[in-house]
Amino acid sequence: MFRRATKLFLLLACLGLPSVAMAVAPDLRPSPPATQAQVAALEQTIRDARTAGDNAWVLISAALVLMMTAPGLTLFYGGLVRRKNILGTMMQSFAMMGLITVLWALVGYSLAFGAGNGFVGGFEHALLRGVGLTPNPNYGGTIPEQTFMVYQLMFAIITPALITGAFAERVKFSSMAIFLSLWSLVVYCPLAHMIWGVGGMLNSAGGRWPVFDFAGGTVVHISSGVSALVCALYLGKRAGYPQEDMPPHSMVLSFIGAAMLWVGWFGFNAGSALGAGPLATSAFINTQFAAAAGAIGWVVAEWLINGKPTALGAISGAVAGLATITQASGFVQPMSALLIGLIAGVVCSFMVFRVKKFFGYDDSLDAFGVHGVGGTMGALLTGLLAAGSINAVFGKDAAGHPIPTGAIDGNTHQVFNQALGAGIGWALSIVGTLVLLLLVDKTMGLRVSADDETAGLDLSQHNEEGYDFNA
Amino acid sequence: MLKIEAVIQPAKLDAVKDALIEAGIEGMTILEARGHGRQKGHSEFYRGREYTIDLLPKVKIELVVVDGLKDKAVQAILSAARTGHIGDGKIFISRIEEAIRIRNDERGETAI
Repeated sequence: MFRRATKLFLLLACLGLPSVAMAVAPDLRPSPPATQAQVAALEQTIRDARTAGDNAWVLISAALVLMMTAPGLTLFYGGLVRRKNILGTMMQSFAMMGLITVLWALVGYSLAFGAGNGFVGGFEHALLRGVGLTPNPNYGGTIPEQTFMVYQLMFAIITPALITGAFAERVKFSSMAIFLSLWSLVVYCPLAHMIWGVGGMLNSAGGRWPVFDFAGGTVVHISSGVSALVCALYLGKRAGYPQEDMPPHSMVLSFIGAAMLWVGWFGFNAGSALGAGPLATSAFINTQFAAAAGAIGWVVAEWLINGKPTALGAISGAVAGLATITQASGFVQPMSALLIGLIAGVVCSFMVFRVKKFFGYDDSLDAFGVHGVGGTMGALLTGLLAAGSINAVFGKDAAGHPIPTGAIDGNTHQVFNQALGAGIGWALSIVGTLVLLLLVDKTMGLRVSADDETAGLDLSQHNEEGYDFNA
Repeated sequence: MLKIEAVIQPAKLDAVKDALIEAGIEGMTILEARGHGRQKGHSEFYRGREYTIDLLPKVKIELVVVDGLKDKAVQAILSAARTGHIGDGKIFISRIEEAIRIRNDERGETAI
C-alpha cells in the first residue's frame, strides 16, 4: 500500500512541480512595448523623485550662501567699521551681488566650469550656452545644471566680498568695483576651475594632482584672504592707524551678521554635497562642530591673555572655525571637525592679537588673519584628516572598502597635494591681485583722498548717511 | 533769574528729575553729554587691541529758576544725585539776562 502511495505521489509531483514553477518563474519572453514604456516611465519618476530632494536642498543652499553675503557679511563688516563708513562698507559687498551675477552669466561660469584646459575653462558656455535644466553628470548628476550654476554663483559673489574687509574705509567705490570684477575673472575663475572644474589639474576626480576642497577652503578662503593681505600691504594703512582709536561702531550689527554667517554656512558646506544624501549630513555636522569649537578656542585664548571673553572674540572664533572646516567639511569625521575648529580658534586669534601687530599691516577686518590663515590650515588639515569612510573620493577597492583618502586613512601623500593646491592658491592670488591693483591704481586710482577718508565713505562715495538721528 | 547747570551720572537722571518736580520746578532741559573730571576712564578690548575710553557718558540738566528757588533746586539735585564716589558730577550757577516765552512773548520771571 505505501509503495502505491509513493508512486502516486511521485507521479503528481512530476506533473505538478513544473506547472508551479512556470507560474512563479520570471517571464523571459521579450516584453511588449507597452510594458517597456511603463518601465521607462517608472524609471523617470524615480529619477524625478531623486532630483526633487537634491534640487530642493541645493537651491536652499544657494539662497543660504547668498544670505551670507547680504545681510551676513554686510552686517558683520558693517558693524566693525566706524559709523561714517557703514553704507560704503555694505555697498562694496552689495555691488558684488550685482556685478558678479552678470559677469558669471556672461562668461564667469564658462571660465570656471567649462572644459577648457587644466588651468582655466573655455568660452564654450559663455552666455550660459549649453547650460540647461538637464543634469550635468560632472556637476551633481541629479540636479539641473542651472541649479549648480546658480549655486556656484553665490560662491563667486562672496569671495570678492570677503576681500573688501582688508581695505575697509579707504577705497574708492568705482575702482573697487572694477578691481574686484576683474579679480573674479583673473583669480577666482581659474582657481575654481583647477580644483572643481572638469579637466582642472587639481580636480579631486581625475586631476593630475587631486586636491580635496569640499566647499572652497582654497578656492574661496585662501584666494580671498591672501589677496586681502596683498591689498592691505599695497594700499597702506588707514589715516591715523594705529595711533587713533577705531573701535567697531556697532557690535550689535556685527553679532547679527556673524550669526547669519554661521547659519548660512550650512548652505556653503552641506550644499556642496550637491545632493540631500548622507554626505550633506556629514558636512552639516562638521560645520556646526567646527564653528562651536572655534568660538570656544578663541574665547578661551583671549580670556587667558586679555582677561575677559568678548563678544567680538566669540564671533570671530566661530567664523575662524567655519572658514577652516570649509575645505574639510565633506571629508572628515565629526570628532576631527571639533579638533579643526579648536585649532582654528586658537591660531587665528593669535594671528590677530600678535602677528598683525608685530608686522604692523592694516588688514582692517582681519580678512587675512581669519580667512587666509584659516583656509590654509584647513587645506592642510584636510590632507591629514580626510577619511574614506565619510567620502570615498577615490572610489572603493575590489572588497568594497573605500580607497584611502587622507593621512588618517594611510594616504600620507594627500598632504602634499593639499599643500600644492594651497600653494597654487597663494601664488595665483598674490600675482593676480598685484597685477590688477597696479592696473586699476595707475588708471583710476584706488585710494580715496585724505579729505574723503576723513569725511567717510558714506558721504564721499555715496552722498548718503547711514544713520540720520535728526530725521 | 539763575541758570543751574548740573552734570550728573546718567543713572541718577530719574531720581533728580523726580526730586526737582517735587521741589516745584517743572521746566528743565536734558542733554546727553560725555566727559570726565578727575574720574579715570576704562579700557575695552576689540580683537586684542586695547582702547582707552576716557570720555564717559553723562547727563546734563539745565534749569532756569527765579532767585528764590535756587537753594531748593540745588538741594534737590544734591540729595538725589550724590553717591559719594568720584564721578558724581558738578553744578554750575550763572545769572540769566532775559527769559522769553515763545508762545505769547511773555518776558521776565513770569516766562520761566
